[in-house]
Formats: sequence, structure tokens, C-alpha cells
Amino acid sequence: MLIKKASDIRPFEITSKKNYLNRRAFIKAGGVIGGAALATPAIGAIVPDNSLSENKRVKIPGVTPSEFSTDEAPNSYEDITTYNNYYEFGTRKDDPYDNSQDFDPRPWTITVDGEAEVTGTFDFDDFIKPHDVEERIYRMRCVEAWSMVIPWDGISLADIIKRFKPTSKAKYVAFETLYDKRRMPGQRSRVLDWPYREGLTIAEATNPLAILAVGLYGEALPNQNGAPIRLITPWKYGFKGIKGIVKMSFVERRPKTSWNLSAPHEYGFYANVNPEVNHPRWSQARERRIGAGLFAAKQPTLMFNGYGEQVAHLYENLDLRRNF
Amino acid sequence: MNTLTQIRFIWKPIVFVACLLPAALVVTDALEITGRLGANPVEEIQDRLGNWGLRFVMIVLAVTPLRRISGQNWLQRFRRMLGLFAFFYVLMHFLAWFILDQGMLMSAILEDIVERPFITLGFTALLLLTSMAVTSTNGMRRRMGRRWDKLHYSVYAVGVLGVWHYWWQVKADIREPLIYTLILAALLGYRVFAYRRRQARLSRTKRRPQSIIN
Repeated sequence: MLIKKASDIRPFEITSKKNYLNRRAFIKAGGVIGGAALATPAIGAIVPDNSLSENKRVKIPGVTPSEFSTDEAPNSYEDITTYNNYYEFGTRKDDPYDNSQDFDPRPWTITVDGEAEVTGTFDFDDFIKPHDVEERIYRMRCVEAWSMVIPWDGISLADIIKRFKPTSKAKYVAFETLYDKRRMPGQRSRVLDWPYREGLTIAEATNPLAILAVGLYGEALPNQNGAPIRLITPWKYGFKGIKGIVKMSFVERRPKTSWNLSAPHEYGFYANVNPEVNHPRWSQARERRIGAGLFAAKQPTLMFNGYGEQVAHLYENLDLRRNF
Repeated sequence: MNTLTQIRFIWKPIVFVACLLPAALVVTDALEITGRLGANPVEEIQDRLGNWGLRFVMIVLAVTPLRRISGQNWLQRFRRMLGLFAFFYVLMHFLAWFILDQGMLMSAILEDIVERPFITLGFTALLLLTSMAVTSTNGMRRRMGRRWDKLHYSVYAVGVLGVWHYWWQVKADIREPLIYTLILAALLGYRVFAYRRRQARLSRTKRRPQSIIN
């Protein structure tokens, strides 16, 4: 009797394991390259990617430099994309990279509501299309006492806010992250009160340093860094930089913010970087610069993360010890 | 070869090498032979060593309950080695913090030990473990007599301090410290249960004066 033996070569052995696992992104990337041949892609047409492999990362066209950039050496792409706090994808530092590979930040809409003349739900492309993208190389100081230098590509938040014509009643801007347990597996456990929420005063939000980032290192924002759009306020602790924004509201009252809700005595609304006000459990006087090496000393933390010139005036009459 | 020689010359060396593996892996990962320590190697080293310190405290606390429940008395022969490994990992965790994280900056270190409660807790646990480690020889045990037992009961305190120390530095995700808390509760709960059962047996024997041997 003849027993037919199955083929020795199984399909996944023909395609490399990496390409096989990344097949969806691979197909999408092909689509983008094809699309690029037909028309100059608007930034909205970019398919953000999260792989460390060169061939899948998509450039953002027409990024201009900014006078607000620091000349400190930026951290490596790998450090910035593998060491993240993004509890929507897990609480360990490598979880966001590991668990966001299948996340597809398209289609994406952003709802603008509240005390503004222009409100509505906008497709991501339409939301960012009218604006210029600038490279902003900023220091990033995490509340956990580590820091990085990150070359973001983003849009001035002040310009965006102007477009929606907030009324005189708009005292604050509130943001919300996508809440979708299927796409964001970290939201299946209640480590935070989902969705993630953040907020700024109008004066803070319209400060020229505040941006909504859509890219990193001149390429579309990786999933684990908050694709497709996130807030950057470099004088504040990193947790203020809400990721995966789906909602922006102009409000009269101070909005609730996630970490403040979670531990109000540890994380305040302002969360300005301040070496003189310690976290109740650890010192904020010094910080570990990621990438400095195993034997590098911590460096002193600067007031407002070194951005006092641009932002100190916002807090002139505020007791920063109480309003931490 | 009898069982005792087997334990001494075969099983103890095997367990010893196995207990060293997590530390060896830190070194080989730092040299990028077996893996990597990631973007924040200082934090990774401290976390791994601290985790293993806590795990070994739990493991050594599990020896007596396991021995009593299973009747496998040879388990007792590993207790000192496991306890010394708990001390080793906690000491390495402390040294990683002292040298790599704080850069031996004495002002910052003293401030942390005094002002940050979670560091005070961890440091206290290290002091207790050190006192147990230096008195762990047969000679010291003989010389100290009953005071040795009293001192070495502080391993229970080390368990509580260690879990508390972990609990206190977590930001929002309490799942891991919660697991350690449950394990510790079971291990300490067993002692309370065993103690009360012994007391009950003693009081029963008191009521029956005819019984001389208990």
C-alpha cells in the first residue's frame, strides 16, 4: 500500500518567519509604495508602522525644522520604540512594542466637541491636513525619573486649537484615548480607569511648545508610541502626553485626568517637571538618561525640564508645591 | 552511596548551579551573549535581582511546609543553601541600586534610606538577611543556642518587608505584588495553622494525665 507523505516543506518555511508574522503590514506597505507611485502622498495617507525593519517604515513628507529643538543627541529609534509606558498595551516597558504589532490605526477619527464654534468628527487625514509638520527634538522626562531625547514630528497644538475657534467659555482642553478592548489588550484589565484622559489649560495648550505628534524620526508614529496622533508637552512629565487621541473637548471646568484619578496624592493635574517637588515615594531631583550606558551617573533634573524660558510665565502665581 | 552522600555530592551541587543561573543570565545578557537588558539596563538588573531575592525568600519559606506535608525530610538539607541564595540576590539587588543606580552618591543614598519608606523597608530586610547569613554556620548555630532560633524567625519579617517593598513601588499594576502577597499569606498561614494544631494537641494531653509521651 502506498502511503502518501505530506510535503516536507510547509508554507511558513518558504516565507521567512518574520515576513510571515508581519504579512498584513507587508501587504499594506506594498499598497503604500504602489500608492506613492500614483500621487504624492498626503501625510494622512501614511500607514504607520511599528517594525524595526527598515523596509516597513514610512517617511513623512515636508517636515520642517524648528527653533524649539534641542541640540542634544536623540535616543536611538530602538530605545524610543521598545521602552514605553502605554498601559493600553500592557504595563511592562516592552509590552507596548510586543502587543501593538497588530494594532491598525486606520481608519481613525477625532471628535472635537464642547465650547468651540467648529465641532464635529473628523477623519485623521482631514484633522491634520491644513497644518505643517515640524520636527521637534524634545527632552522627555518620565515621572519615573528616566528621560530621553526624542525627535518628534508634530503639529502646533495652538494652530489646531485656533482652527476650531474655542469660545470664551473654553478654559481647558481635554483629550481621550481610544477605548477598544479588542484592539488594545491592556484595557482588559482595570489597572486604570479607561479610557485614558488628559487635559491642559487653554494657556498651556496654546503654548508654542505643545504639539500633537504624528511622527518619530521623520516617519509615521509607531503604534507603541501612540499612533496615529498623541500629545507632547515637554515641560511636563511624560504621562501628560496622551496617546492614540480620539477626542478633543473644549471645556469650562478642569477635566479629570487618568493618573490623578488613580493616585491623586501622587500625580497632580499640572504634572510639571519639578526637581524640588518629589514624588511621595521617590526623588525627582535626578533622572536616568536612557542610552547613557550601564555605568553612567544620573543627571540633575531641570525645572520645567529645561523649558522654563517658554513656560515659566504660565505658573507665576501658582504654588507649585501644592499644584504639582 | 547512601542518600546523605547523594544529597551532598550530587544534588546540592546541582541545586547550587541552578540557583546561580538567574545571576549568570544577568551577566551574559549584559554582555549580549544570551539576550539583552533593554533600553534601561540599570532598572532591568535591579528588577531581576530583586525579583529573585523575593522568590528565594518564598522558596525558603516553603521548605518546612513542604517537608511536613510530604514527609520528605531530605528537603530540610537544602534550607540553608536556599536561604543564603535569598541573601545573595537581595544583596546583589542592593549593590545594583547602590553602585549602578545611585552611583555611590552617599548623600542621595542616605536620603533615600531615611526618607523613602519603600527603601527603608528593603534596607531593613537586607540587614535582617545579613544577620541570618553570618550566623548560618553550624558553629554559630551551636554557640547561639536558642537565640539562634529567635534570630532566624526574622525570615518571616523579611518576607513581609520584601513584599511590602515591592508593593510600594508599583505605580498602578498591583497584580504581581498581589501574587507574592497571596503566596506569603499561604506560607505564613500554614505556620499559624500548624502552631494552633500543636497547641490544641498539647492541651489535650494535659487533660489526659495518663499519657506521658506525646
